[in-house]
Amino acid sequence: MSMTARADSAIPAESASPLTRRRPFGDRSFQVLCLAAGLLVLIILALIAISMTQQSATWFTTEGWSGVFSTDWDPAHNAFGALPFIYGTLVTAAIAIIIAFPVSIGISLLLTEVVPRRFARPIVYVIDLLAVVPSVVWGLWGILVLAPWLQGIYQSIASGLNGVPVLSTFFGGQGVSGASFFTAGLILAVMITPIVTSLSREVIATVPAIDREGAYALGATRWEMIRGAVWPHSQAGVVGAVLLGLGRAMGETIAAALVIGSSATITTHLFNPGYSMPAVIANEFGEATVGVFRAALIGMGVLLFVITIIINLSARAIVDRSARRSRGA
Amino acid sequence: MQLRGRKHVATVGGAVAVALLAACSSSSSSSSSSGATSAPAATSASGSAAAASGKLDGAGSTFQLTFQQAAISAFKSVNSGATVNYDGVGSGSGRADLYAGTVNYAGSDSTIPTTEESKLNGKKVLYFPILIGPIDMAYNLSGVSNLKLSPKVIADIFQAKITTWNDPAIAAINPGVKLPSTPITLAVRSDSSGTTQNFSLFLEDAAPSDWTLGSSSTIKWPSTARAASGNGGVAQVVKSTPGAIGYVDYSTAKASGLTGASIENKAGQFVAPSTTAASTDAAGATVAPDLTFHAVWASSDPGAYPITYQTWDIVYATQPNANDVALLKAYLGFLLGSQGQALLGPLNYAQLPSNIDSQAVAQLSQITS
Repeated sequence: MSMTARADSAIPAESASPLTRRRPFGDRSFQVLCLAAGLLVLIILALIAISMTQQSATWFTTEGWSGVFSTDWDPAHNAFGALPFIYGTLVTAAIAIIIAFPVSIGISLLLTEVVPRRFARPIVYVIDLLAVVPSVVWGLWGILVLAPWLQGIYQSIASGLNGVPVLSTFFGGQGVSGASFFTAGLILAVMITPIVTSLSREVIATVPAIDREGAYALGATRWEMIRGAVWPHSQAGVVGAVLLGLGRAMGETIAAALVIGSSATITTHLFNPGYSMPAVIANEFGEATVGVFRAALIGMGVLLFVITIIINLSARAIVDRSARRSRGA
Repeated sequence: MQLRGRKHVATVGGAVAVALLAACSSSSSSSSSSGATSAPAATSASGSAAAASGKLDGAGSTFQLTFQQAAISAFKSVNSGATVNYDGVGSGSGRADLYAGTVNYAGSDSTIPTTEESKLNGKKVLYFPILIGPIDMAYNLSGVSNLKLSPKVIADIFQAKITTWNDPAIAAINPGVKLPSTPITLAVRSDSSGTTQNFSLFLEDAAPSDWTLGSSSTIKWPSTARAASGNGGVAQVVKSTPGAIGYVDYSTAKASGLTGASIENKAGQFVAPSTTAASTDAAGATVAPDLTFHAVWASSDPGAYPITYQTWDIVYATQPNANDVALLKAYLGFLLGSQGQALLGPLNYAQLPSNIDSQAVAQLSQITS
């Protein structure tokens, strides 16, 4: 619309030229179609948000804000506090990012700086294959193979750290289990690595060769070149990629539901079982009685929806800003 | 130009929104009759199932899913014109679908809770019990093959008040059995389930002064409990963890090769889980006129297995059209009749006691249009 104004601004408003009066029918209908498609997406998102908020309204009105954010989830006694799940979602997403970030950056730098181009392409294919594996397959592998194997490792770590001041609050404790916050975080890390890697790789590849060669010419080692020429240029884009990975980790349902241990407790012991918002919705929706229970699960869906949208929007904004800056440079 | 652009956006956006809303509302009004068929009403002699045709949709309990699948294909071989679908989405979702009018019948392991009664909008529902099944207390204890448990001991185990196998309370009811000092690992459901609901109801009825965790499809188990998804998941935890005990439905326990403990019933006898003991227990239940009952802890018969539960198919008494009435009567009659009930044994379910079955068959006539 504003583009139309700009395009026609060269021609005076009162001109009788046919160009300003009627655009060809094909152009107009194409414009309407594109407009409709774009608005359809926005309207559907809005309708989802509105209908879900409506259905979860009884949870907020019955429990009040203190009930909604309490730590007690006990449907048998009408307690529907969501805090353990919010905690679990944030903790597993944090673990996933902490593990995936160095690994993904390492792979992207490997592919752009170290490996010769003809070997880089097959490695990229393999990384993308990780992204194609369905979520439920990760969950099944996690619960059938990874969790039993990790249980022994967790137990030896926990008993070894007995009494060590800071580390034992995170990695110690009784009741360690193969299905735990840490295992869920680990599986999520593997699932988000392909996204973060491919986006970071693209951003790092846009660093102009001149900057790199300039650094080398000044006598920089490879590491100093990466730190001085590549990183400042691509950091915004990489941060955006990490945020997108975070958004995915928070919403991942089946894989997390199978390996997180399904125990609605808040604890700093990462090797203990926990629970997350997508996991509880997947596990309990089938049998939830219509009423506050169901409204509580839908309400947690709304919370998750809002958090994921915010994270994805900020990721997009950061990635766009970095792309615009790199084009400008 | 700017003004034309904004008006443009508004009109197109408005058109899209109106189209979407129209599509949503028209689908919700047609969904109340979505179960109906357009086939003309078949001759609905209540005895002759061969004349039934059309489509029926059901959804709900996963406990009856295996039976529904077997019965649907058996029914289709007798009535080639009839198609029945059953979706095992869980009792809660099945009931929600019934209230929304998207299914003809809902499979549910529990009666409609009082909190949901307002969703019926005053319409009458009919409960048709269709099968009975025992819940095993499956355990993994090497060297112990005939474990006996009482309701009080089970309540204390599942509240983590008894934490090792050689606890005096367990030893007292298992005289002569050498119990190891292995710690007890609890195996419970991570997903909500009718099995959990009825197991906790059993503990509420049989050990009311000891059981404090209430009765619901989701229980706040002790934090040391190992949760797994589905009866199969719990069976797997029990099988792979020495010293584990969990509640698994009988058919899954049998399929996984797990032994269930013998449970003390109302008569003071310790009875091992079996389909005949389950039917004996259900026969002692007090059946309300609307055919609701609790099979757990129901019978004082010495041969009854007390942890037994039931499942119903719930339908509205008044159906929108006559063909639905005929098809529901034919299908539910099939499930309750000798052909349908005969399918239960090989699937490791227990048959309905004959008094309950005849009452249910008599209730079929109350489905009208």
